[in-house]
Amino acid sequence: MIEVDHISKFFGPVPAVRDVTFQVGKGEILGFLGPNGAGKTTTMRILTGFFPPTSGSARIGGLDVFEKSLEVRKKIGYLPENVPLYKEMIVEDYLKFVAEVKGLDRSQRKKAVGQVVETCGLEPVIKRFIRNISKGFRQRVGLAQALIGDPELLILDEPTIGLDPKQIFDIRNLIRSYAGEKTIILSTHILPEVSMICERIVIINQGRVVAVDSPENLSSELSGSGRIRLRTGGPAEDVRAKLAQVDGVISLGESDGQGSFVIEIEPKEEIQPRLASAVIEAGWDLYELTPIAATLEDIFINLVTQESEEAETVSREDVSDE
Amino acid sequence: MSNFWAVFKREFKVYFTSPIAYAVMIIFLVTAGYFFFTGISYYSMLSFQASQNPQIYKVNLSDIVMNPLFGNISVVMLLMLPALTMRLFAEEKKTGTYELLFTYPLRDVEVLLGKYFAALGVFAVMVGLTGVYLIILLFFGKSIPDVVLAGYLGLFLMGAAFLALGILVSAMTENQIVASVVSFGLLLILWLLSWTSSMVGPQLGKVFEYLSLIKHFNNFSRGLLDTADLAYYLCFIFFFLFLTLRVLESKRWRG
Ligand SMILES: Nc1ncnc2c1ncn2[C@@H]1O[C@H](COP(=O)(O)OP(=O)(O)OP(=O)(O)O)[C@@H](O)[C@H]1O
Ligand SMILES: [Mg+2]
Repeated sequence: MIEVDHISKFFGPVPAVRDVTFQVGKGEILGFLGPNGAGKTTTMRILTGFFPPTSGSARIGGLDVFEKSLEVRKKIGYLPENVPLYKEMIVEDYLKFVAEVKGLDRSQRKKAVGQVVETCGLEPVIKRFIRNISKGFRQRVGLAQALIGDPELLILDEPTIGLDPKQIFDIRNLIRSYAGEKTIILSTHILPEVSMICERIVIINQGRVVAVDSPENLSSELSGSGRIRLRTGGPAEDVRAKLAQVDGVISLGESDGQGSFVIEIEPKEEIQPRLASAVIEAGWDLYELTPIAATLEDIFINLVTQESEEAETVSREDVSDE
Repeated sequence: MSNFWAVFKREFKVYFTSPIAYAVMIIFLVTAGYFFFTGISYYSMLSFQASQNPQIYKVNLSDIVMNPLFGNISVVMLLMLPALTMRLFAEEKKTGTYELLFTYPLRDVEVLLGKYFAALGVFAVMVGLTGVYLIILLFFGKSIPDVVLAGYLGLFLMGAAFLALGILVSAMTENQIVASVVSFGLLLILWLLSWTSSMVGPQLGKVFEYLSLIKHFNNFSRGLLDTADLAYYLCFIFFFLFLTLRVLESKRWRG
């Protein structure tokens, strides 16, 4: 459905997106994850035809987003980052306007508006000015205008930002309910959100893609170089000394005062039995021995910091070369 | 076409939800009303006296009365119309609605014309409402000179030209105040161009005179319809709308 092919975007000399490539299949929900300023919004703006890439190309449904902009835009429902809406309009009039510019004819318009009002729960505010409704409702109006005309592709830039937990829950459910039916790209900083909603994640940092995979694969990939929590009744110093000698242990964290340690282990080592017997041998009680699965947070921080360390070393090398 | 209508209807309606359009209209109607009543009364008085003493009043009444009348109204337009166009693109850029508007399946030209004709529509309503004054005058038995019709056509064309320049400036900034001040300044320069024509030598003077907005209006307000004047205003409008379209396109390129 979407093929992004080596796109870069420069604002003057400043690169916002550099050599980004990824694909999204039909009916797939893709999460776009990255810290502030990573280039998520910029990439989405290129896909929606708001501006063209400086180099590279992107196709949606086989059509180039720049060459065939008008046709591509017909397929897309877009929710921009800060939900820019016409504040001086009444919700209903606004949605009718959107239905009209999306090319629905008079008879379809009313039905289409009614439909999105229902899906997004807008009945209570339908006759009110947009400037007077709450942030949560504004966000829903934004989502409603994206949904009008039943587009094949939804591009949602931080759809749940600034909402209360109940609304976040509702909107996530709504997005998930389109799984398999619509292709969706959504960006977010919230990691649990992507693991909940998305089938695939693109992690982007400083304009570059640093990882593309499913949430599960990303987790398991990193849990290889995992950590283990171990709690025993032994004296902290002795336990540290003893466990440090166990094969496969990389390092031992400090005790938390209750005899619990976080142990970093070699990737893919089956180390638990050895740790257990070491504790038992020493005659201490063993209360807990659990692997800590890497969360998406870990992966994210890991990838993002790795990347910037690399970038730093590269730039240092550049300097020393001169 | 339906896209044009959608944009047009929205823009036209929005004008009447903001105080700016009302302020512009009221000020225009009050000042224009003042000029109308004083001008037409003066005209009736002079034409009455002329009919009494044909020897003394061998003057062209439309020159003394109607020309200044429409001249005054056009100055009010010069002051007020930039306030109608300033928001058209600048506001959308400031609030970010620009992003949605330009990612809907709309052609740039549909957006531009929808907005332009909405402003033109408001202006037409404004000018049309001054027709009430004519009706009142007729009601009180005053005679309405024929030049009024030509004058109206001139006013409308000149206003349409002002709006075309104003929309270009609005597309180039996201600050409405800047948009209105710059449009006013540019219009004033184009307006006054004919005054400088005597100072810049005969050749350039001719060019300046031709380009001047007021020069072409003078014929209309004297009741003279010339296709050259008509062509001037239409070219002016087309030229500025075309430039606006290019500005919108280049915005897409630069992001
Ligand atoms: N119009 C612009 N002019 C200049 N620089 C820009 C422009 N838009 C974005 N940038 C720069 O491009 C980079 C990427 O911005 P972008 O908005 O795409 O990030 P993002 O991933 O969406 O961040 P956030 O999570 O904060 O929304 C940033 O460094 C930003 O400063
Ligand atoms: Mg963003």
